[in-house]
Amino acid sequence: MDWFNSHVLSVVVFFPLVWAVFGLLIPTTNESGRNALKYWTLIGSLLTFAFSLKIYYAFQANGAAFQLTELAEWIPGLGTSYSLGMDGISLWLIILTTFLSPIVILASFTAVEEKLRGYYFLLLALETGMLGAFVALDVFLFYVFWEVMLIPMYFLVGIWGGKDRIYAAMKFFVYTMVGSLLMLVAIFFLAYQHKLQMGTYSTALLDLYKVHIPGGGFTSPQSLLFMGFALAFAIKVPLFPLHTWLPDAHVQAPTAGSVILAGVLLKMGGYGFLRFAFPLFPDAVATFQIPFMILAAIAIVYGAWVATVQPDMKKLVAYSSVSHMGYVVLGLFSMNAIGVTGSIYQMLNHGVSTGALFLLVGMIYERRHTREISDFGGITKVMPIFAIIFMIVTLSSVALPGTNGFVGEFLILLGAWKTSPGLAAISALGVIFGAVYMLWLFQRVMFGPVKNKENEKLKDLSFREIAVMVPLLFCIFWMGVAPNFFFRKMEPSIERFLTRSTATAVARASVPSSSSIAAFFSKKN
Amino acid sequence: MLAWIPLFPLIGFLINGCWYAFFQAPVGGRKAHATLPGIIASLSIFASFILSLLLFLQLKDMPAEARVIEQTVFNWMHIGGSSGFHLDMAFRLDSLNTLFTLVITGVGTLIHIYSIGYMSHDATPGRFFSYLNLFCFAMLMLVLGASLPVLFLGWEGVGLCSYLLIGYWYTDDEKASAGKKAFIVNRVGDFGFLLGMFLIFTTFGSLDFVALKTAFISGHGALAAIPAGVSPGTITAICLLLFVGCMGKSAQIPLYVWLPDAMAGPTPVSALIHAATMVTSGIYMVARLNFMFSFSPTALGVIATVGAFTAFFAATVAIAQNDIKKVLAYSTVSQLGYMFLACGVGAYTAGVFHVITHAFFKALLFLGAGSVIHGMSEEQDITKMGGLRTRMPVTFAVFAIGWLAICGLPPFSGFFSKDEILWQAFSSEHGSIFLWALGAVTAVMTAFYMTRLFYLTFLGQPRFKEVAGPGKSHAAHDSHGHDSHAKPKDGAIHVHESPLSMTGPLMVLAVLSAVGGLIGIPHMSWLEKWLEPVIPEAAEAATHMVPSMEWVLMGVSVLGAVLGIAYAFNLYKDLAKAAKLKQRYAGLHKILENKWYVDEFYQGVIVRPIFNLSQALWKNFDVAVIDRVVLGFGRVTQWTGQSARTIQTGSIQVYAFVLLIGLVASVGYLIYGLV
Repeated sequence: MDWFNSHVLSVVVFFPLVWAVFGLLIPTTNESGRNALKYWTLIGSLLTFAFSLKIYYAFQANGAAFQLTELAEWIPGLGTSYSLGMDGISLWLIILTTFLSPIVILASFTAVEEKLRGYYFLLLALETGMLGAFVALDVFLFYVFWEVMLIPMYFLVGIWGGKDRIYAAMKFFVYTMVGSLLMLVAIFFLAYQHKLQMGTYSTALLDLYKVHIPGGGFTSPQSLLFMGFALAFAIKVPLFPLHTWLPDAHVQAPTAGSVILAGVLLKMGGYGFLRFAFPLFPDAVATFQIPFMILAAIAIVYGAWVATVQPDMKKLVAYSSVSHMGYVVLGLFSMNAIGVTGSIYQMLNHGVSTGALFLLVGMIYERRHTREISDFGGITKVMPIFAIIFMIVTLSSVALPGTNGFVGEFLILLGAWKTSPGLAAISALGVIFGAVYMLWLFQRVMFGPVKNKENEKLKDLSFREIAVMVPLLFCIFWMGVAPNFFFRKMEPSIERFLTRSTATAVARASVPSSSSIAAFFSKKN
Repeated sequence: MLAWIPLFPLIGFLINGCWYAFFQAPVGGRKAHATLPGIIASLSIFASFILSLLLFLQLKDMPAEARVIEQTVFNWMHIGGSSGFHLDMAFRLDSLNTLFTLVITGVGTLIHIYSIGYMSHDATPGRFFSYLNLFCFAMLMLVLGASLPVLFLGWEGVGLCSYLLIGYWYTDDEKASAGKKAFIVNRVGDFGFLLGMFLIFTTFGSLDFVALKTAFISGHGALAAIPAGVSPGTITAICLLLFVGCMGKSAQIPLYVWLPDAMAGPTPVSALIHAATMVTSGIYMVARLNFMFSFSPTALGVIATVGAFTAFFAATVAIAQNDIKKVLAYSTVSQLGYMFLACGVGAYTAGVFHVITHAFFKALLFLGAGSVIHGMSEEQDITKMGGLRTRMPVTFAVFAIGWLAICGLPPFSGFFSKDEILWQAFSSEHGSIFLWALGAVTAVMTAFYMTRLFYLTFLGQPRFKEVAGPGKSHAAHDSHGHDSHAKPKDGAIHVHESPLSMTGPLMVLAVLSAVGGLIGIPHMSWLEKWLEPVIPEAAEAATHMVPSMEWVLMGVSVLGAVLGIAYAFNLYKDLAKAAKLKQRYAGLHKILENKWYVDEFYQGVIVRPIFNLSQALWKNFDVAVIDRVVLGFGRVTQWTGQSARTIQTGSIQVYAFVLLIGLVASVGYLIYGLV
């Protein structure tokens, strides 16, 4: 038990992978074997969730910076170590990951019927990759986990995906690779700078905090390094105009892939900004604050507009992700407690709500094998339970007060308003257009008469499908009504993050406000 | 205690909602009886009415300046230290919103009871009553919230219920569209509301009503002033942004377009949400923040002007509508304009007064119209009615009271409140003769179109085919379902008076419409005194007119109403004459009938262009530009590979040739120093 307590992060990270290896031993030639594998995987992910709750209880919201830390030597030559730790920011993202995993596994029970062993192995391996990235305190280790989760995702899309799965998987892979290679260069450069300034190579995050890199201006070394990281994260988020891999990947991915992609992988981008890009390069953040907020504002409106005209449900939800993740970036770059809290909260919200939307689209796809909106209409009449659930998720997506979405959007916009009222006002247009595309989607799919004969006999949700949705519905209301429960654990970490990331206020003031756009939008300049 | 007022309807919602979700929906929407869900829903809202009444009496016993009951239910959002953002789920009852809770729960209870009869043929009454209860919950949150975000929670919540109830008969695409339109147009308003909240927070550091009010009260007590360091421009910006929210929720120009369409919902919904309660939220918010609005003459000017024009504009449209509910809908828009006119001239009390009387008589008129529609087997066209006086005597009698009240004839309730508004529009320091004239002309038009409605519906000769003999009444009655719009094949209908569950509430509302104005008799107004702690006399516009002027204007407006009524009677006595008049002004009539083509204008100027732009952005930017660039990178890589590959031809001769060139070049360089 002592060993478990002192290695709880490692256990949570690697448990799914180890469990999955044993799962490979289950023969899937007959029906009972296949079922055994499904339940084996489900139990594994549930156990991981249970272990991750241990992290929640062990974490002290007022304690040291990083908690439950683990350290082991790995590559001494590069100063790289196996260093894990978490704080209030990663806490909820870890739990989001372990929470969504059993849900997508349960949702896959009927959706995927071929190459089962590979599929469930990859799902659990993916979970290990994601969890590892959320707890890595060494930049190089983070990079390894970052790449590790790319591979299972690539195969999930490429093997179990739709018609154009190869194209989508390739696009996803290349996009992400381009970003991460630049990040790798930046990591090596940082390690080298550490050597120059401190005498040894190091890739430990806390060591790199101490490295001095000249900042200020768009072409300073800090800004270039920041961009190396930021590009990788912006692609992952994805931030306009680097978002075009997302609709393809989502549409082609199997339901579970879409849910994990939207629910957790996109969060990796936001988390990367929070954990690495911001604290390492505070001057650069000050320089790039307004440009990124402008891109975020564009993403919010652009994503909503383009979502409106999509003929395919899944693509619509994918573009809505672009819009919702725009809020996340907007809140992060507003650089105040309200905006950052809202931003982290929005990441969790998006995981819950958009995950739920993808699950619902998946359920209806399993029944009709089409996602064209025009093939539907009047589904409420045939699937009333589905209608109720879909309505609740829709409301969460349009950020109705009382649901989780409102808390996130409200705080982000308020935080952004404090930094730049003009950009907050533009972003707030998302409140209108978000309602447009979601309600129009709902109307076309659920309301009206049942026009299509094939829709007349659709079966309502099964008990298993309802069981998949109920935890998400519960979270929608819980997070909308009692956000303080979540904020309490995050607050000290966010404060520390802000102190660190705005440490160079003096330097920031000297940033040339040459850009007239920046001057126009930023109240503080 | 306080929190139970909204909680009772929430419990009702949960009971009916769960019953629907777990028992009715899974078996495929088999028809269920309305009685049990209706009683559950009515009891839950009645319970909060009783509680509202008790708390009202409790407030009444308190000394005037201490009339506040507060309750914090739980912490909602707390971020950052002292300079951070702190928000509690807190309720506060004072002399202003106690009136609103009484109206909401009181009129709400009547409408719930009425719905039991009205929805008796509906297939999913559990769903209907749960929505209705949810609406009451949200509406009570709206008025009881101690801060703007809690108010906003209710504000959006009522919007949701409005959306759900307008599109209640969702199989009809047009109704579903109307619901969606209501939600989206309201979102446009909410956009302004949100920004207004942000600006308030960054200016004052709080969104709590009492904290805000305190900021406006200078150190020495009662005298209010703009807080130090806040520019009047900021106050104006805040007020105008919040008013954008009001334009949406309370259907003012230019965001009123959703309300007439909202009539697609069941009639009790129109009465409760789109007449008596939700649409008056905007007036509530302005009255609640009167201490702020009073410091922005610009914002008040905008509010008064928008209100007056909305009142006038909607009245012109109402004249040319034939759908009984559409006429009432435009009259609601018009009456809401009056209320904003009152607020805009600083007469918040008069605005609130009209909210209350309007809740009585407009709920009465809508439910009366519902009774007519029910009795006429879903017919809504007043040109196909007539002569219902003898066939539906109770409905006729109560409707007459509502009609007289909205026309503004003494001593009915509408007279007192409307007259007070007109007087204030004329005499207050923010008022003007222009605003008064617009209001007065609207009053005449109101009298005209309401009389037209009344006459065409109840008086004259029947213009529909009637089923002879009462024997078949019940069979015919029970067979028609409200969502099916069933009518007998030959178009003949059996007109019948509605059941007691419907006429009972009508009679109660009729009494209230008749005597409700007594709470605000000019110069001895109980209402004005009661609202003093929230809406101070000082905020109330100081009148600087000779008292006799008030009587003159009162006479003018009564005379105007009488003229409007008389002219309509005279005109519609002879339908041929009315038709001739319509013929003569065919062009104008067409414009009015088509509501000034405002919907078409929005569709063409806003909706279509954005849709086309989105389409273009997707196809011509996302796919054509970004993806091409990305794929271009791939191509460049491929091309480099391809090109480099051609060098490696495998042919010895080519290699030898290149080798030779290299050799010559090198030797040449060594010898002559070329290159």
